[in-house]
Amino acid sequence: MALTAEDVANLARLARIELTEAELEVLAPQLDVILESVARVSEVAAQDIPPTSHALPLTNVFREDELRPSLSRDVVLAAAPAAELMRFRVPRILGEEA
Amino acid sequence: MTLRQPANAEIIRHTAVDLAAKIKSRELSAVEVTQAHLDRIAEVDEEIHAFLYVDAERARASAARVDAKVAAGNEVGPLAGVPLALKDILTYTGAPTTCGSKILEGWLPPYDATVTRRLLDHDLVILGKTNLDEFAMGSSTENSAYGPTRNPWDTDRIPGGSGGGSAAAVAAYQAPLAIGTDTGGSIRQPAAVTGTVGVKPTYGGSSRYGLVALASSLDQPGPCARTVLDAALLHEVIAGHDPCDSTSIDRPVPDVVAAARSADITGMKIGVVSELGGEGYATGVEQRFHEAVELLASLGAEIIEVSCPHFVYALPAYYLILPAECSSNLAKFDAMRYGLRVGDDGIASAEQVMAMTREAGFGAEVKRRIIIGTYALSSGYYEAYYGQAQKVRTLISRDFDKAFSQVDVLVSPSTPITAFKIGEKVNDPLAMYMNDLCTIPSNLAGNASASFPAGLAPEDGLPVGLQVMAPPLADDRLYRVGAALEATLESDWGGPLLDQLADRGAVR
Repeated sequence: MALTAEDVANLARLARIELTEAELEVLAPQLDVILESVARVSEVAAQDIPPTSHALPLTNVFREDELRPSLSRDVVLAAAPAAELMRFRVPRILGEEA
Repeated sequence: MTLRQPANAEIIRHTAVDLAAKIKSRELSAVEVTQAHLDRIAEVDEEIHAFLYVDAERARASAARVDAKVAAGNEVGPLAGVPLALKDILTYTGAPTTCGSKILEGWLPPYDATVTRRLLDHDLVILGKTNLDEFAMGSSTENSAYGPTRNPWDTDRIPGGSGGGSAAAVAAYQAPLAIGTDTGGSIRQPAAVTGTVGVKPTYGGSSRYGLVALASSLDQPGPCARTVLDAALLHEVIAGHDPCDSTSIDRPVPDVVAAARSADITGMKIGVVSELGGEGYATGVEQRFHEAVELLASLGAEIIEVSCPHFVYALPAYYLILPAECSSNLAKFDAMRYGLRVGDDGIASAEQVMAMTREAGFGAEVKRRIIIGTYALSSGYYEAYYGQAQKVRTLISRDFDKAFSQVDVLVSPSTPITAFKIGEKVNDPLAMYMNDLCTIPSNLAGNASASFPAGLAPEDGLPVGLQVMAPPLADDRLYRVGAALEATLESDWGGPLLDQLADRGAVR
């Protein structure tokens, strides 16, 4: 399997990273080598082995339904790249044709 | 390393335990102790670059509060007044948390991590935030957006990673204690290559609340120190159940301090993992490792060779599981609620701004791993990659279970090689990943694991670490073995390993 620069560009789009042409050229062969190496996992793990997502068994955790203080709006908005009218200001979320 | 100021030189050479005792008996003030370490940072950190942020004023103020408490005869904790360096991936209100990334440059977190809260509640003095590979992705700190940290043993070399800043700060006597986080070896590998002690508690043993997540099923905060007892005392301060972390273990913390004080390994069964050695391991690493094992045998431990056949698949499994989790965790850096925003010109869409911001804000390794993770999780590849990796994870846990049915702890070298030169592996990601060969199995299985100094490799005079792995919730066994090794080696060496660094003037 050879990962092309085009494949990497496609993955980067899915991951919302706008890579440059130069980065794509460098990354494609690097990622190819990494993926080829990690593909070794298929050598051992057979059908009847259950997958582990977590080292310790996970159980759902509940807490008492009590009121607790949360972060104030001012504190949260202070970290925002842009805020307006006491809200996060974000770029347009719809396409031109919408 | 030259210790130029005589008064400070004496203070900064003390262990955390000694400093706490002297502060409590008022032989030294906490302010004096803090100032000595701040002076040391000012003296050497331009070269070492362990710190991304030094919080001098607040550190002095917290030290003064400890002195006031002591003067008033109030009860203080066992490490009250002792300075500490905090890895810059745990939040601490009032100080920026960057995670070594441009995407979070200048971000002031609105809350304290539970680990931070516990440190403050126990009267430790936080000196500042330490350097790391961006979002803890790396084994050398070269992936920090703010430049690499240098190894105090040889400043042309890496201090390990991702917690190279914390380990270097401790090794360079800038702080007696530090906090690290370990996802694939980020506490243990830096400890090994800097001649310090680093412990990864059992997964769930210390809280991840306020730790900016890399891979949630693997991340674990833990102590960094120069001595085994200091690490144990710090472990006790930060560990324990936290309702804010859903994977936190609601059980008593193992008595790590008593274990470190006992140092008794008589009759303990110690397993040597046959897969973690041989080809690819430096001669001096193997030599010091085998000497350490012989020494443990001479102290009354029974040595048994143990095979963990699936450990050789830990590295590939890890480099699928970690990227998968990190690609999802780092999706939150979307340029909307915090951190960097690039290209918001009133025309670009939210999606375009997000893509431009992540392009500008993330470094090369972060991009590599996010893309690998995206690939591994994409339909058509999920089963062959991520699914298979999760099965390998099961096989590794089974190897551990089987091994721990025969022995009390397992040992191996902490890392196959000693500290390498800065720049040597930056263009070869796979070679860089090999540094985590020995440490990764414990992250995948979630058991407790530590690195202790085992001496210097004869060929290059650089530190070698002994890794000790214990079953989940048997963290105390790590300290028992570490303390036994430390006591015997130090009596052979005529003092701590780091004394050899302090006395020879490595930092010019």
